[in-house]
Amino acid sequence: MATDWEVVIGLEVHVQLATKSKIFSWSSAAFGAEPNASTDPICLGLPGALPVLNRAAVESAVRLGLAAGCNIRTRCRFARKHYFYPDLPKGFQISQFDEPICEGGAIKFRLKGEARSIRLTRIHMEEDAGKNVHAAAGVSFVDLNRAGVPLCEIVSEPDVRSAEEAAEYVRAVRTLVRYLGIGDGNMEEGSLRCDANVSLRPRGSEKFGTKTEIKNMNSFKNVRDAIEHEVKRQATLLDRGERVVQETRLWDAARGVTQAMRSKEQAHDYRYFPEPDLPPLVVTELEMKALRGSLPELPEDRFARYTGEGLSTQDAGVLVADRETADYYDATVAAGAPPKRAANWVINEVLAVVGDARRLSGDNVPVPAGELATLVKSIEDGAISGKQGKEIFARVWGEWGKDKTAPLTGVTATGQIGQLIAEAGQSQVSDAGALEEACRKVVAAHPAEAARFKESPKLMGFFVGAVMKETGGKGNPKAINEILRKLLG
Amino acid sequence: MDARGASLTAIVDGVRAGTFGAREVAEQFLDRIARLDAPLGCYLKVDAEGARRRADAIDAARKAGRDPGPLAGAPLGIKDIFCTRGIETTCASKILRGFVPPYESTVTARLAAAGAISLGKLNMDEFAMGSSTENSAFKPTRNPWSTAHVPGGSSGGSAAAVAASLCAGATGTDTGGSIRQPASLCGVVGMKPTYGRVSRYGVIAFASSLDHPGPFGRTVEDSAALLEVMAGADPLDATSIPAPVGAYRQAARAGREGLKGVRLGVPAEYLQPGMDAEVEAAVRAALDELARAGATVVPVSLPHTKYAIATYYLICTAEASSNLARYDGVKYGQRAADAKSLEDMYTRTRGEGFGAEPKRRIMLGAYVLRAGYYEAYYGKALRARRKIADDFSAAFTKCDAIVTPTSPVPAFKFGERVSDPLQMYLADILTVAPNLAGIPAISQPCGFTKAGLPIGLQTIGPALGEEICFRVAGAYESRTEWHQRLPPEVV
Repeated sequence: MATDWEVVIGLEVHVQLATKSKIFSWSSAAFGAEPNASTDPICLGLPGALPVLNRAAVESAVRLGLAAGCNIRTRCRFARKHYFYPDLPKGFQISQFDEPICEGGAIKFRLKGEARSIRLTRIHMEEDAGKNVHAAAGVSFVDLNRAGVPLCEIVSEPDVRSAEEAAEYVRAVRTLVRYLGIGDGNMEEGSLRCDANVSLRPRGSEKFGTKTEIKNMNSFKNVRDAIEHEVKRQATLLDRGERVVQETRLWDAARGVTQAMRSKEQAHDYRYFPEPDLPPLVVTELEMKALRGSLPELPEDRFARYTGEGLSTQDAGVLVADRETADYYDATVAAGAPPKRAANWVINEVLAVVGDARRLSGDNVPVPAGELATLVKSIEDGAISGKQGKEIFARVWGEWGKDKTAPLTGVTATGQIGQLIAEAGQSQVSDAGALEEACRKVVAAHPAEAARFKESPKLMGFFVGAVMKETGGKGNPKAINEILRKLLG
Repeated sequence: MDARGASLTAIVDGVRAGTFGAREVAEQFLDRIARLDAPLGCYLKVDAEGARRRADAIDAARKAGRDPGPLAGAPLGIKDIFCTRGIETTCASKILRGFVPPYESTVTARLAAAGAISLGKLNMDEFAMGSSTENSAFKPTRNPWSTAHVPGGSSGGSAAAVAASLCAGATGTDTGGSIRQPASLCGVVGMKPTYGRVSRYGVIAFASSLDHPGPFGRTVEDSAALLEVMAGADPLDATSIPAPVGAYRQAARAGREGLKGVRLGVPAEYLQPGMDAEVEAAVRAALDELARAGATVVPVSLPHTKYAIATYYLICTAEASSNLARYDGVKYGQRAADAKSLEDMYTRTRGEGFGAEPKRRIMLGAYVLRAGYYEAYYGKALRARRKIADDFSAAFTKCDAIVTPTSPVPAFKFGERVSDPLQMYLADILTVAPNLAGIPAISQPCGFTKAGLPIGLQTIGPALGEEICFRVAGAYESRTEWHQRLPPEVV
């Protein structure tokens, strides 16, 4: 019988911090400049240049640590990590080694509705390397715009038990980073990167198996696919009685396989030692208190609040996954929309128009929350029907859904919504006679149901639906209800 | 004005008063360099055009009634370890040949802003590694007092140029004695201030936690005047100290009034067998002179001195192996041609570009830092460093300054020690401890051997105690005439 293998995964996630300038120098840390335009003597590693720590990067790291429940070191050090590569201008990376800024803590999320908490070993700060650009015919260029962009490396304990869970963990890290506003967590652009240590052991065993490190996974799908593939590869080896070799393997998304790096590339002795150009980093209790006070409501807290307000765990999960979406939902509720209906509208209408490629953001919300609330309230009050509401929504904001890659800039139709609701409401009221006519017609057409109405008042839904159909969706549900009750009473 | 033997402060006073022009001063020094530098080899690069341009600007400023600066017209030589915008900076290494910095070091920027005029870049041991300037990849520098002898190092070009009046003052760096030892061997004044007192921004790193930029002068006051401008906190150097800069010139002058109430410590560990007899005699005579000036001489103990050299070489090689990792041929300087692969490019660039001494230290440092041995070597060295610093703190409860020889021997001959690195490392025995402790120390001439070679006296102060160093050195200088002797002109 084949062994029942337990999958053991530890993850190292690198998050770029969206500070204005680099971690040790004044150049812009923004993505997308001309090659080598965002550079200075320090990030170029010019002889004699010295690093000076960007305090904004420290604040981001401490906020991340506080949000993940880590212990924050009040005094920590930077260290030099040495290796040669053209994109590493100094021949060493300034990182942290024996004294990381954050230790312990956990990332919390849900997997198929079940709460999960993956413990963290540490979060440390470091500088990013540049990029080698391989041109044709043995010619390579080096772009150092990225060199010196601040990073937080989040190292988990080997608590992750499946490829799917790994992908959800990384997604939860991204959510947290975005909630804190410390980075954009974009995997495709490389502002969030993930390496995975994967091993198998017989279920029930305490001892870890030999692990491999998987690199080059630049999307959530890649994380899941690469680890899934690696788990199968290791299981096949072990089932055959062979050994797993400890090594670094690169995910080849095109071919769907992991491949070992050349062993020479792996034989690193990083020769860590404390960075002598930087004094120890001190974070005072006062600073820590201020940073703790600056934390937003975190995803897990928000989730608890939403389910407490009566939202389903699924809806609450969708809303909290993105801070701006949740903020938008909160604003809609604050403007008077009932929570459950507001959640439905945000998830099913607004997000559908926004699409996967775009994100709601504070400045660029095409559907103002106040307007959406007005619409939702009008439906709730029965001033208009749900169908009419959807039509109004489509008429006012449907444009945004046509090209789901177009930027969500500008706010349209503020105030227009009230007018449209009033018109729709009027069309219902002026048709009051026609409404009664339609009701009579429907009741006459369904004598059996009409006869059973007294024992089964639930049939009201059937009649209202039928009348709505008859009126082309323009009927006021409240009025229809009253008329039907009178006719069927 | 006669450039030969002229003090920097006298030149500045003359320029500021309009007695003579900065251009006239610059021309005299440029003329001396043109006539006299070839046999000495002090300069790696002379920037005559730039010097004239800056001198004219100083003269124009003065004539227009503007303050031309506290160092107006001071003709300086700059050790080639300071990055100078637009002027090739090599650190006397082939690997940096052709490197023209796009930025200026804080020290040279401050000196220029104060009106000083750089005449050019001075020779040194490659990457400041050495005690004789024989390790320059380009040429040796000779001692102006005897061209058969080395000028010391690593700032040998700076010391020799000041001694030979090829500049009136110079910048240097001191990692284990690289300002004080050549100052001693060339008969000039060299000051290593407190760590962090002078910004390292733009100073090519050898051993970051030990590198101290500082001045060379013909007199104690000249050095003080330079340090007043060079010193001060720098937002571009995170290890620079935000303490206010002292009145160093005033301290140097105060020494002329004597040393009443000053306690001078003499560490037994620093006057050991193996010391040159003439050096020892000169230093003992100097102590007598300081006592006559009013100081009390007290014995002190620095018991961990015996670990200083080992500690120093563990730390400096470790840091050097790291700091020199950036010279990989990718970005600047010299790159090996026709490399077959990336790794081949690295090994050949570094193999061809570095001289024997940097290679030796990179290998030693990589060994010290290798995985699993950090505690045994680097960690232990850091603890010893702490002990050595504690020794000084304890000694300074008993005295205000410590007086020792600078170098146990006068200048040695070319080739005498170059084949024996350990013997060469021992030349630093009296100078490395203040670097490990990060405390200030000054070297000044205190006599000559029978053969006519200078002997140096070192005064060590507590952290941020530059003033007491200048005061003691100023007192000694005001009572002696060694600093007025001039080396022979070699044409």
